[in-house]
Amino acid sequence: MHKYIGKSMHRKEDYRLLTGTGMFVGDISLTNMAEAVFVRSPHAHAKIVDINIEAAKAIEGVYGIFTAKDIEDIKPLTQFESHCFLPPNLVEAISPTINFNYEDILAKKKVTYVGQSVAIVVAKNRYIAEDAADLVEVTYEPLQPLVDPYEARKKGAPLIQEHLENNIQSHFHVTTGNVEQAFAEADYIMNEKIRTPRLGSNPLETRGVVAKFDTRNQELRVWSSSQMPYEIRSTLAHCLSLPDLSIRVTAPDVGGGFGPKGGVHPEEIVIPYLAKKLQRPIKWVEDRMEHLTSARQSRDQIHDVKVSFKQDGTITAIKDFFVIDSGAVNFFALTCAYNSAYHLRGAYKIPNYDSECEVILTNKTPNVPFRGAGRPEVVFVMDRIIDIVARKLKVDPIEIMKKNMIQAEDMPYDQGILVKDGHQLIYDSGDYPDALRKAVDLVDYDAFRKEQEEKKKEGKLVGIGISSYVEGTGAGPYEGAHISIDPSGHVTAYLGCTPQGQGHETVFSQIAADGLGVNPQNITVRVGETTVLPMGQGTYASRSAVNAGSAIYEAALKMREKVLKIAAHLLKTDEDLVIDEGKIYAETSPEKFVTYQDVGRAALPAKLGNLPEGMEASLEVTHYFAPPTVTFAASIHMAQVEVDKETGFVDLQKYSVVHDCGTVINPMIVDGQVQGGIAQGIGSALYEEIVYDQTGQLLTGTYMDYLLPTSMEVPTVAKAHQEFKSTRNRLGIKGVGEGGAIAPPAAIANAIVDALHPLEIKTNDLPISPNKLRTWIKEAEASFQALQTN
Amino acid sequence: MDKVNISLNVNGEKVERDIEPRLLLTDFLREELFLTGTHVGCEHGVCGACTILLNGEAVRGCLMLAVQADGATIETVESLAGEDGQLNPLQQAFTDCHSLQCGFCTPGFLMTLTQFTKENPNPTEEEIREAISGNLCRCTGYANIVKAVKQVTHQTV
Amino acid sequence: MKPSKFKYLKPSSVNEALTYLEEYADDCKIISGGQSLIPVLNMRLSTPEFLIDVSGIKELNYIREEDGYIAIGALTRHVEVENSLLIKEKCPLLIDAIKWVGHKQIRNRGTIGGSIAHGDPSAELPCVLTTLRGEIVIASVDEEEVVGPEDFFLTYLLTSLQTNQLVKEIRFPIMTQGERVGHSFVEVARRHGDFGLAIAAAVIELDNQGLIQKAQLAVGGVNPVPLIIEEAEELLIGKKVTEALLKEIAELTSECVDPEGDLHGSADYRRELIGTLLKRAIEEAIARAWEGEEKVG
Ligand SMILES: Cc1cc2nc3c(=O)[nH]c(=O)nc-3n(C[C@H](O)[C@H](O)[C@H](O)COP(=O)(O)OP(=O)(O)OC[C@H]3O[C@@H](n4cnc5c(N)ncnc54)[C@H](O)[C@@H]3O)c2cc1C
Ligand code: FES
Ligand code: FES
Repeated sequence: MHKYIGKSMHRKEDYRLLTGTGMFVGDISLTNMAEAVFVRSPHAHAKIVDINIEAAKAIEGVYGIFTAKDIEDIKPLTQFESHCFLPPNLVEAISPTINFNYEDILAKKKVTYVGQSVAIVVAKNRYIAEDAADLVEVTYEPLQPLVDPYEARKKGAPLIQEHLENNIQSHFHVTTGNVEQAFAEADYIMNEKIRTPRLGSNPLETRGVVAKFDTRNQELRVWSSSQMPYEIRSTLAHCLSLPDLSIRVTAPDVGGGFGPKGGVHPEEIVIPYLAKKLQRPIKWVEDRMEHLTSARQSRDQIHDVKVSFKQDGTITAIKDFFVIDSGAVNFFALTCAYNSAYHLRGAYKIPNYDSECEVILTNKTPNVPFRGAGRPEVVFVMDRIIDIVARKLKVDPIEIMKKNMIQAEDMPYDQGILVKDGHQLIYDSGDYPDALRKAVDLVDYDAFRKEQEEKKKEGKLVGIGISSYVEGTGAGPYEGAHISIDPSGHVTAYLGCTPQGQGHETVFSQIAADGLGVNPQNITVRVGETTVLPMGQGTYASRSAVNAGSAIYEAALKMREKVLKIAAHLLKTDEDLVIDEGKIYAETSPEKFVTYQDVGRAALPAKLGNLPEGMEASLEVTHYFAPPTVTFAASIHMAQVEVDKETGFVDLQKYSVVHDCGTVINPMIVDGQVQGGIAQGIGSALYEEIVYDQTGQLLTGTYMDYLLPTSMEVPTVAKAHQEFKSTRNRLGIKGVGEGGAIAPPAAIANAIVDALHPLEIKTNDLPISPNKLRTWIKEAEASFQALQTN
Repeated sequence: MDKVNISLNVNGEKVERDIEPRLLLTDFLREELFLTGTHVGCEHGVCGACTILLNGEAVRGCLMLAVQADGATIETVESLAGEDGQLNPLQQAFTDCHSLQCGFCTPGFLMTLTQFTKENPNPTEEEIREAISGNLCRCTGYANIVKAVKQVTHQTV
Repeated sequence: MKPSKFKYLKPSSVNEALTYLEEYADDCKIISGGQSLIPVLNMRLSTPEFLIDVSGIKELNYIREEDGYIAIGALTRHVEVENSLLIKEKCPLLIDAIKWVGHKQIRNRGTIGGSIAHGDPSAELPCVLTTLRGEIVIASVDEEEVVGPEDFFLTYLLTSLQTNQLVKEIRFPIMTQGERVGHSFVEVARRHGDFGLAIAAAVIELDNQGLIQKAQLAVGGVNPVPLIIEEAEELLIGKKVTEALLKEIAELTSECVDPEGDLHGSADYRRELIGTLLKRAIEEAIARAWEGEEKVG
């Protein structure tokens, strides 16, 4: 039984954040620090003919202006090898093509998206740097922009990455069962096109980098608002040809990330480079307009699905061809693409499945993973399919869900294909029908249906929509933890994963506290810094609680053993000892105890300490945890909406969730992650979309155009829980970080269809703006009338 | 550069500086006074991360020039905790209710709500939501912020 | 996103401001609350050489009743209007509308004069001023003039204001008090606090028989300037509303306007939408007129 795991403890992070004493990158100020501003491309695709910096250089307070030719010794940013590796059995199964592609740190001969960096101004402060940036004259010769992925994939289309043969950067094909046979035997076949648009993750804190070259240690110090400081370290080491350990990267307080702060951006390479070159600290803090144009974007998938089903509602096959519009570079190979393919069928048994994907380059900002990373797109596809099948067969969508759902007794369930890590896709634990029942109870589904009928009679168009997902969480390869106990008995834990609001300092203290038998108050957790552990990964993909949580738990258990041995030595006993709140004693004589302080002192080296014969001095333990494969979390979401038919406005009235993330470490934090994820999902369902015009110009360059949901658009979510422990780590933890964001689009889209029924509309294209919905309603009304008159 | 002299009261202290007139109030607070608790999220008035109190009223720090604050009284998030560092009831409610994740938006919410809770001792949920609708939070989904306001205004949650 | 350099002038009286305006008319910008201007300066979409900060002119901060209208000094902030009991009593449509302006933090700084001078056709105050047939007092060193919204608003973000002129006062006619008068302000925006996709305002007076005696109707966000829907006003006189009449008005309104499409709504969508909103505004105004009747009766 755990004492702290499972408790809603107050967060250790809160005090500094509530008093304005946290430290974000923008808060750092160093002696003699300069500020940088980037000159960015106004064109989607153009040759750079000339760059004239003379007028800009003349401004007082400008320390330097740099273009590609000044930084030729930096290697370009290429796809991240850590994410490109595919195990041989997966390669055999899906025959992938992944073409090498890259981005120069500053554009050389041409620019390939609006917002790409072309030059950098370093000056006394941001105001002066902007004055100078305005005077940098770049002459461009526009090239044909490619904005539509279907155009870009055509033979003979202009090339975005000129060394490639075409713009199809990656491709794979995965299949199980026999779709063609299923199609031949089906009662019904339908074809649908289903689209999730391009989104921005929009953490409230934009990106930012501060760098300084420490001449004494010959160490490059970098602070970045990053999810993956180790990835920055290794990429910097590669691009600048430096040893890894001569670089120290800190992610201080990070104001949200959600994915795009996980990759490495060109700014994270060039700012440190210039700090070294100019021998002065340099700071760059992205402004919001830069963020909206230049920070990596995400989603942007279009699926063409063919589905077969039987009269009884059994879905027999899905064949999917989908394209991902990757923008000008694809840094993450098949990360989102294969996530999409292996998650599409979610909680359903669909034995015949075939998925083919092309990742296509276009003249847009590069596309990277964002909360859910390929899953929200396919959950939207799958649950739209469920809804469309149900409407076609004139039954409640719940019936179709039940009909096709994996049952509790089927666990562990084999989906017949591989996970990206090469393991068989086998769900470890869960009970999806039970989750559905709980969700039905939570919203009182039957009562809603009755009420709905009444309300519709009064002209109030209310509807309910459901979505579900099963998510592979806790992806490896590993995460580490180091625990150190000092002579005062205080515990310090060091972890390689880096938080952006998930409360790592709190939850990892809770886990370590249970492992060690101390109070979480006696534990300090240090994260976000490459010197705390030699190796680490980062926080993305719902993986930290599983990986780092397991690492610290295992490390704590190892430490506990050593502590017990020393305590036994001090207590001169060979009885079994217990540890509670830092006191160590034999159960038979609790009054005779030693404390962590005693043990800490005893562990000092040589004569200073008092250790059992042959034991090494000091209390230091490191553990790297490597999960066997991902572990499967699941959830059911239900949205209740009212639609204003005349205006196309949707009022999201209620939102309910049942979810399973295995062992819950801190329920308050888990609920917070779910609620926050749902808010982002609501954004993508109804409000958010990055829009480029036909020439590749960005139309959503401000927060007046890119609409983040406010407190008025996000209801308080009703929640119920399941706790099916993971079988893939000792604590039974599953990931929860992304989940909330995955299912809202389908739940809301389905609720809108339900509200408008019997009018037949298809909400297959996000976001469902009032304008779009009104158009669909009018089309549906017109075809309804046409039907009546015929 | 023609600098102008301003003097104002910030968090109870008199401050005088010569500044460039184009300096935004947010940059003045953060870079001249090192009060980095006031955050900058958009610099075009939408996100609310920069919210401060100007003569007791919540305003966007990014939509004001520092010169325009000449003679004014300004309060920032750094003024909220007690002398001894004790969190005030609103801050306490935020930590009790887990109303912050990354915490970047938090100072803005706190300052908006400082004015709001003073003027509305007994708000409805709708009023609370409307009051914070000018502050964006990308992490929490707002529910726990609403809950904290209910706690601090002694309502059952 | 930092403003480019400018010289800063801070007049403390109207005369001083007008003198500066005259002198620097070539390349100056007035700033009052800055809630529209500063974003534009931060984005460097406007780079004036002189910035004339009128926010310290105390004499332009007032709300008072004059013959038949409420006079509001240009520098009066939105929040002061929102909290004014005088306006609540004499010009309640303005109170209903002003709540839709941005968020509290914006209304704490933004001014009435700024909202009018900015000339945004989706803004609430120009629409209310148009509906009620108010007036704008404009001054330059040489003269002061009073203009109506129809002459003041020229097109998107463009007004008749000359570079040497200052908006001094906005005059909102006092609305008829008492029974059988109702008003409504209807707006839809993508999110709460955004500029409206379309806005509609209606003031309706009924006679003893419940027939419409007077109607003031205007719309915003769907035309280069706020627009009075005159034909609809005339159509309503002497009638009781019916579904058919409202439908006719909605259609006619859609025909009158000339919206521009943007990311949030195409021209066609807005055209249709405004008909719906005006219809709803009329319905609500009439319902409220009857409520007024009940209260008085
Ligand atoms: C997030 C956000 C949301 C908003 N939402 C809305 C909304 O929904 N509806 C809405 O109406 N507004 C909205 N606004 C704008 C806000 O209402 C502004 O306050 C208002 O439009 C301008 O008033 P101001 O005093 O701030 O003017 P300023 O920004 O100072 O000036 C605006 C313009 O008017 C000129 N000007 C100002 N005062 C005078 C004067 N006395 N004489 C002559 N010229 C003058 C300036 O030169 C400038 O061109 C929003 C703003 C933001 C940042
Ligand atoms: S930074 Fe001021 S509102 Fe966003
Ligand atoms: S807590 Fe991260 S933006 Fe609000």
